[in-house]
This record gives sequence, C-alpha cells and structure tokens, in this order.
Amino acid sequence: MTITVQFAIGLIFGLGLVVSGMSNPAKVLNFLDLGGIPGGTWDASLAFVMAGAVAVTFIGFSRVLKLPRPVFAERFYVPTRKDIDLRIVAGPAIFGIGWGLAGFCPGPALTALGFGSASAFIFVAAMCVGMVLARFVGRLPSSTRLVTPADPLET
Amino acid sequence: MITTPFTPMASLLGGALIGLSAVLLMWATGRIAGVSGIAARLFPPYEDGELAGRFAFVAGLVIAPVLVRIVTGSFPEQTILAATPVLIIAGLLTGFGAVWGSGCTSGHGVCGLSRLSVRSLVATITFMATGIVTVFLMRHWS
Repeated sequence: MTITVQFAIGLIFGLGLVVSGMSNPAKVLNFLDLGGIPGGTWDASLAFVMAGAVAVTFIGFSRVLKLPRPVFAERFYVPTRKDIDLRIVAGPAIFGIGWGLAGFCPGPALTALGFGSASAFIFVAAMCVGMVLARFVGRLPSSTRLVTPADPLET
Repeated sequence: MITTPFTPMASLLGGALIGLSAVLLMWATGRIAGVSGIAARLFPPYEDGELAGRFAFVAGLVIAPVLVRIVTGSFPEQTILAATPVLIIAGLLTGFGAVWGSGCTSGHGVCGLSRLSVRSLVATITFMATGIVTVFLMRHWS
C-alpha cells in the first residue's frame, strides 16, 4: 500500500516538473541567465514554479505537521539543525555550478530519464556517482572530514 | 542557446503539483520530499527499511513524462544542449554538491523554505547564485 502511494506521490512530483517546464534544461538555463535580460531571452517562468511549490507546501506542511503522526510512519522526520556550517554553503555552491552547466537538478534529471534521451542517462549516471562519493567522503574518519555529522544525509 | 517561451500559468500549476507532492509525502511517510536525499539513499549504506518506497517515488518521477506522452500523444519540450563531457562533470558536481549540502532544489528550495529553515535559505541563495554565475560565465564571458 505504502509503495503504491509513494509511486503516486512521485508521479505527481514528476508531472509537476513536466507541466512547469523544469524538466526542460533549456528553460532552466534561460531562467538562470540573468545576462539575457537586456536581450529579452530571460525566461522568468521558474520563479513561478518556486512560488507555486512553496505556497502549497507552506500551507500544507503547517496543517500536516499538526497531525499526531504520518499515515504510514511512526513519526515525522523533519530536520532540526539550525547551525550554518561550511558544508551548508560549500555543498550548494558546488551543486549550483553543476546545475548551471547542464540545467539539471536531481528531480528533473530523474524525470528526464522518462524522455529516453541518452544525455539524461549520462547525466544521471554521473550524478549518482557524485552522490555516492559525497556520502563516502562524509564517512571518512573525522580527522579527514570537514565537519560533522558523518553522513551528509543526516540533517 | 535556444529561447524558451514565458509560461507563468503552466509553471505556477506545475509548481503547485510539486508542492502537493511534497505535502502528500510528509502526510504519508513523514519525510521531506528532497529528491537528492531520496536518490542518494537508493545506494548503500542502507540505514532504514524505506528502500522500496524510495524506488517507488523515483519510478513515479521517471514514469511521469511517459504518462504525459500517453495522454497528449507526444513528449513535452526538452532540449539538452550540453555535450557529453559537460554532462559528466555537471552530473558529478550536482550529485556531490546536493548530497554534501544536505539537499537540492526540492529539499532546500521547496520544503526547506516552506519550513522557514535558515539553513535551507542559505543553501538556496547559494546554489541560485553559483548557478547564475556559471550560466553567465558560460554564455557571456568570451
């Protein structure tokens, strides 16, 4: 049951990416291209994606998190950290460079697989290597790692 | 580069669907809909019994354009201009940076901002900034 529900939720997410235009790297790059404003090629659409997503999530989370517990889990797993460390700046800085180079962030890259293009497969394969590498580096002995916690996924 | 049309209504609607998905995932599983976190946990080390659910979520992401094609008769617009070496470098940086920084556009940008998380705000401003600078250098620095 929970598997089917999570598939459906992933499907809604993917449909959102397709409908919004996020699954088209050309559109993402034209949004990030502020240098295109004078020439009229800047595509502001993705600001509307963000606005729509944050508006719904803000309202939805405030209601859902008032419930005693999720439907299929014991409790809510909401990040609690508030500290600003090196990794919360360095990670997104590196991610942003990759995003700007190809126009793919992780969600749209996975959805792009469904279009069946070879480029998407190449990107996703490299992205998975990068993800595994980040977790591996995070688990090295503490003397060789930048900051705690050991696993970057534990926030 | 190719120009793309400004699509505020479709983008707002698509964004709302993304938000709906994030809310439903929190309601059902109690988890943040952060795609980088979900994708990274498809690989070892495994720390919980949620692997099947994560595969199901990712399968939904991948199937979405196929469903759109079945309903509308064609795939929506998708143009990938980057050459293979660029795709590989970009993929490595995207995957590493998103996991190293505890999230990407969905985990920090959508879910984090909606929770008014300061860490997610810092992360979102940072990846927007380096993304904008990267595109500027690629297109206007010659």
